[in-house]
Amino acid sequence: MNDIMRKLLWLPDQASTFAPSVDHLHYFVITVTMLASVATGLLAFGFFFKYRERTPNASTPIVNPSVRFELGVIGVPLFFFLLWFVQGYRDYVWYTTPPGNTMDIYVMGKKWMWKFSYGGEGPNAIGTIHVPADRPVRLLMTSRDVIHSFYVPDFRIKQDVLPGRYTETWFEATKPGRYQILCAEYCGTWHSQMWGEIVVMPGPEFDAWLADQRRGLSDRVDTGGDDGASFHGSIVEYGKKIAMAQGCLKCHSVTGEPHIGPTWLDLYRRTETLETGEKVVADEAYLTDSMIDPRAKIVKGYKPVMPTFKGRLAAPEAAALVEFIKSLRSTSLENVPSKEAVYEPASK
Amino acid sequence: MSQPVNSAEPAEPARATVNYLNHDRGVWSWLTTIDHKRIGIMYLVSVLLAFLIGGIFAMAVRIELLTPDPTIMGANTYNRMFTLHGVVMIFLFMIPAIPGVFGNFMLPLMLGAKDVAFPKLNLLSIYLYWTGAILAVSGMIMGGADTGWTFYAPYSTSTPETLFPVLLGVFILGFSSIVTGLNFIVTIHTLRAPGMGWMRLPLFVWGIYATSIIQVLATPVIGLTVMLVGIEKVAGFGLFDATRGGDPVLFQHMFWFYSHPAVYIMVLPSMAVVSEAIAAFSRKNIFGYKMIAYSSLGIAFVGFFAWGHHMFVSGQSTFENGAFAVISMFVGVFTAIKVFNWVGTLYRGSIVVSTPLIYICGFLFFIVFGGMTGIAVATVSLDVHWHDTYFVVAHFHFIMVGAVIMAFLIALHYWFPKMFGRMYHEGWGMVAAGFIVLGFNATFIPQFLLGNAGMPRRYYMYPERFQALNVASTAGASLLAIGFVIILIYLTFALVRGKRAVDNPWDSRGYEWLSASPPPKHNFAEQPIITQDAHSYQNPGEEVEHVVI
Repeated sequence: MNDIMRKLLWLPDQASTFAPSVDHLHYFVITVTMLASVATGLLAFGFFFKYRERTPNASTPIVNPSVRFELGVIGVPLFFFLLWFVQGYRDYVWYTTPPGNTMDIYVMGKKWMWKFSYGGEGPNAIGTIHVPADRPVRLLMTSRDVIHSFYVPDFRIKQDVLPGRYTETWFEATKPGRYQILCAEYCGTWHSQMWGEIVVMPGPEFDAWLADQRRGLSDRVDTGGDDGASFHGSIVEYGKKIAMAQGCLKCHSVTGEPHIGPTWLDLYRRTETLETGEKVVADEAYLTDSMIDPRAKIVKGYKPVMPTFKGRLAAPEAAALVEFIKSLRSTSLENVPSKEAVYEPASK
Repeated sequence: MSQPVNSAEPAEPARATVNYLNHDRGVWSWLTTIDHKRIGIMYLVSVLLAFLIGGIFAMAVRIELLTPDPTIMGANTYNRMFTLHGVVMIFLFMIPAIPGVFGNFMLPLMLGAKDVAFPKLNLLSIYLYWTGAILAVSGMIMGGADTGWTFYAPYSTSTPETLFPVLLGVFILGFSSIVTGLNFIVTIHTLRAPGMGWMRLPLFVWGIYATSIIQVLATPVIGLTVMLVGIEKVAGFGLFDATRGGDPVLFQHMFWFYSHPAVYIMVLPSMAVVSEAIAAFSRKNIFGYKMIAYSSLGIAFVGFFAWGHHMFVSGQSTFENGAFAVISMFVGVFTAIKVFNWVGTLYRGSIVVSTPLIYICGFLFFIVFGGMTGIAVATVSLDVHWHDTYFVVAHFHFIMVGAVIMAFLIALHYWFPKMFGRMYHEGWGMVAAGFIVLGFNATFIPQFLLGNAGMPRRYYMYPERFQALNVASTAGASLLAIGFVIILIYLTFALVRGKRAVDNPWDSRGYEWLSASPPPKHNFAEQPIITQDAHSYQNPGEEVEHVVI
């Protein structure tokens, strides 16, 4: 049944854990839609014949709706619409809540290509990414120019990719194979050619591939493009280099020692209390926001002394910094807020 | 009312010799007229011209999409073509079409008034329309605007193409729309004939009233929005530029705050036309008058709070997406109410099968399918897959072509004798209607499937797996084009050589038919006094059966 409906509706393969639930609701909604519209058209057409004019200027009865009829015409459609809303929204909430154990990949859209960097230690790529089947993968995406939209029809996922902001999406591929990435938000001349590919590999095969890539990484000459992609090494190393070059480490320690700014050790996903009393989780969005607009959310006990890095950090550099921060984990699993600031030079 | 017009054709019915068309002659008398009927006719000529231009661009786009690779034009030309198609169809055709032409012509007649409340303002509105239209079209052709009709920032603020004339054109067109809306609101409030309470307003007037409210309240926002894009392009304030602290998504909120209600600026008048015509052609009191009237106001109101459903994948929060999704469902309910009432009006009528009725049948199918696919794309998880694909393109064409153009054609045929005093050829009318209803389905049903298959919109080249459906859609578009050419031919013929119409050829009880066809300059020989409810097919003193279902 699923396959017949899918082929009738020209839907692509269901290659992610999200796809079947989307398609089942799709079948339900579209079947009711077709029945309702054809029934309305046929009913009108039938009335044309049944009640066609027999004598010119015949008098016709005055027909009025009863209250029950009125409630019916409001209630029946509303019932279906709200039912679809509830199902659709439940699926959507599931889709916008990635599980905790995702493999992270950074995505940068630019006219007219997709660039990828693996979180942690991994290679950079243009156009094609390799991902494991049956493991959740999260994409942290930004754009270097205009708005793009990351769309994989076979996975039923789509997310706009914005300049100056990070958006995320995730998927868990279920079938090894090659799937097309399309840009779905109009972005100029070659919008229609901004394609990429996701290669889904069985888990063990992917692990071997990744290990192989890492081995070759140090002596690999990457010819692709500017900014992040030209750095020969892992994204974490790249982030560390930027942190030093930009002077981040003059105020933020990486060892857990208190300093002018909050320490980066264990910062990722730490719950911080702000001056305003509000609590935030230091996720990717908070970290990048703090680079661009540091005074917007100051951690309690710290002074708003950090300069803005707006315009000084390219999107992949910001991503690399975030990855560097994410790599700084102490062995302790405690998640404690930042301590008070200390305005002495940090001991090395 | 008694002299034969032309002694050479004695078989023709008696009629007034002087009417609004011939009481005064020459181009100047038209350009300086403050007669709402003449302004309506000038709108008719203008929007038909716009429709022709927009249609030519649409065909160019469809021909280009016959093959996955470049077919007849380059990528940049293609991008300009769909931009031109969108801007011309939306701003120059859809928005002014029914209010500008039939609203202007019929509204005072239906109210039993001599003219609209502000006749000079009315003349100003068409001059604003022409100015905006010329600026927008010439600006796009010379400047090469390539942003799509949505002008999304930061693409629009960073494209090297010249946008200023188009943006200014849209800004001025907005004023034309506001002025018309304001005029209609005041007219409906102040110029109703004696005896015409609010619950006796013809449903066309209710629809136009709801539309006018949206025009007055929402249009300033699009003016503001395009002005900000213009300023951003010229002066570079960085409003939408993330690298300078701007917000790249802000534009979309502002744009859709207008453009979603704008959908109802287009659809409500078309619903209003159908309410009129369905009563006239089934010779029956409208079923559920109050429900139809109030649901127009309901759509106008709820329509203001649904804009975020255009932005489900823009990075908007999960909560906001849910809120906008629920609100969108209610717009669907109001539309459903109307559909039930239209079909209910046909029930036990005395139906005259005629050209407008074929379009009504098509309209009912299109509005239900188009409306419910709207509910489908407002279902958040489904929209993730469909957003910005051909599914959405097909959905809004079902509403905008399927519903609005059907209604425009219904109005054109139903009121043709009213406006010009001549009849069109019924047989050719039916043939054209057949081409259009079938051609329309053949054009857009494949596009729904293309969207399912995953083809994004605004694609110049596409993967080969999409070709079959694209060819089918282009073939359908050709049928549609043939239908329009047939209409153009027989209506032009009817205008010149058509059979003279009697004053009320459909025996309609619409108040606009109380005057002669074509109406004299000041509409009515004497002030009409309304003694019956709108769309009442009960003869005075006659006992008719009352049925409650």
